[in-house]
Amino acid sequence: MSKFKKKKGGDLPAISTASLPDIVFMLLFFFMVATVMRQNTLKIENTLPAADQVEKLAKRNLLMYIYAGKPSSSYKDMGTVARLQLNDKFADVSEIAAFIAAERDSKREEEIPYLTTVLSVDKETNMGLVSDIKQELRKVNALKINYKTRKGDALRDLK
Amino acid sequence: MAKRSAPEVNAGSMADIAFLLLIFFLVTTTIEIDSGLNRKLPPIEETEPPIIKERNIFQLTVNRNNDLLLKANGNDGELIKLKDLRKKAVAFLDNGGGKGEDACAKCKGKKNPQSSDNFEKAIISLQNDRATSYETYIAVQNEIIAAYNELRNREFELAYPSLNMSYVEADKMYSDPKTSAADKASLKDKIEAIKLLIPQKFSEAEPKKSN
Repeated sequence: MSKFKKKKGGDLPAISTASLPDIVFMLLFFFMVATVMRQNTLKIENTLPAADQVEKLAKRNLLMYIYAGKPSSSYKDMGTVARLQLNDKFADVSEIAAFIAAERDSKREEEIPYLTTVLSVDKETNMGLVSDIKQELRKVNALKINYKTRKGDALRDLK
Repeated sequence: MAKRSAPEVNAGSMADIAFLLLIFFLVTTTIEIDSGLNRKLPPIEETEPPIIKERNIFQLTVNRNNDLLLKANGNDGELIKLKDLRKKAVAFLDNGGGKGEDACAKCKGKKNPQSSDNFEKAIISLQNDRATSYETYIAVQNEIIAAYNELRNREFELAYPSLNMSYVEADKMYSDPKTSAADKASLKDKIEAIKLLIPQKFSEAEPKKSN
């Protein structure tokens, strides 16, 4: 009674996975190239405001980052008032001058006039802190600044 | 000596290793934002501020509730909406009410004698409160830059119609490292000319103390 015997070879042949490593490697290289390691660990909330008249930032090694915002949830003991972060530490506005001097020292002399200070400020911060930062920057003659923003419609979230 | 063929290396686990690395890079990748509004701060100088005619100042004040008060064109101040700011700033800059040597040949505005003389003379001044939110401040800055860009685009296209691009596009192309040196040199003069024609005269007063 072998009339109804299954046809030989009826099941699907196994898909060859030999090219899987190639595909994975391709993805791997993409991410390796696209990855930019974060310079600083943020200890503050940093949701950037949106703007649509943005310009690209200059070369990465010519930027000095100043972060500001409310301390994030793991640093609740620092209070809920917006604070400043320089490098990896919470800082006071008065420490900006030293920070800029240190950054300038680490660069070559001919690069110093092209240094830009990037203000990466949380959108819920009050202008008081930002004005204090700007005033400090004026004192040390770091006049090129950039307000870091997302690309988007600036007016959407506002009335 | 018998010849021994080298045993084949099993490459079956290659995918696993690659996956491991892939996942590491996936997790550590942060798509870094690299855009923002470029501005220049005024240097600290102990000089007397120059006397400016009131009609040439577009005086914006943002209070602690993020309301905008505009004092320009000879009025005593009106509350305006953020979305109208760009239009009003363009109208102010483009007014061209100057006469004689202050006359503005390229302005296309209403020539209101109560408003700005020409591009060179028109100043936008912004004053904010210490309790103004940063988001509103950025939006206001954005609108003012947009107003300047709108006029610069117009003049750029008028002056160099053969290029078939706007000022913003030209500026972007200029700062693009892929652009060749020859293109950059020719763009630079054009961009500088437009910048000179419509300078960004933007003044920021230090914020008021709020109680």
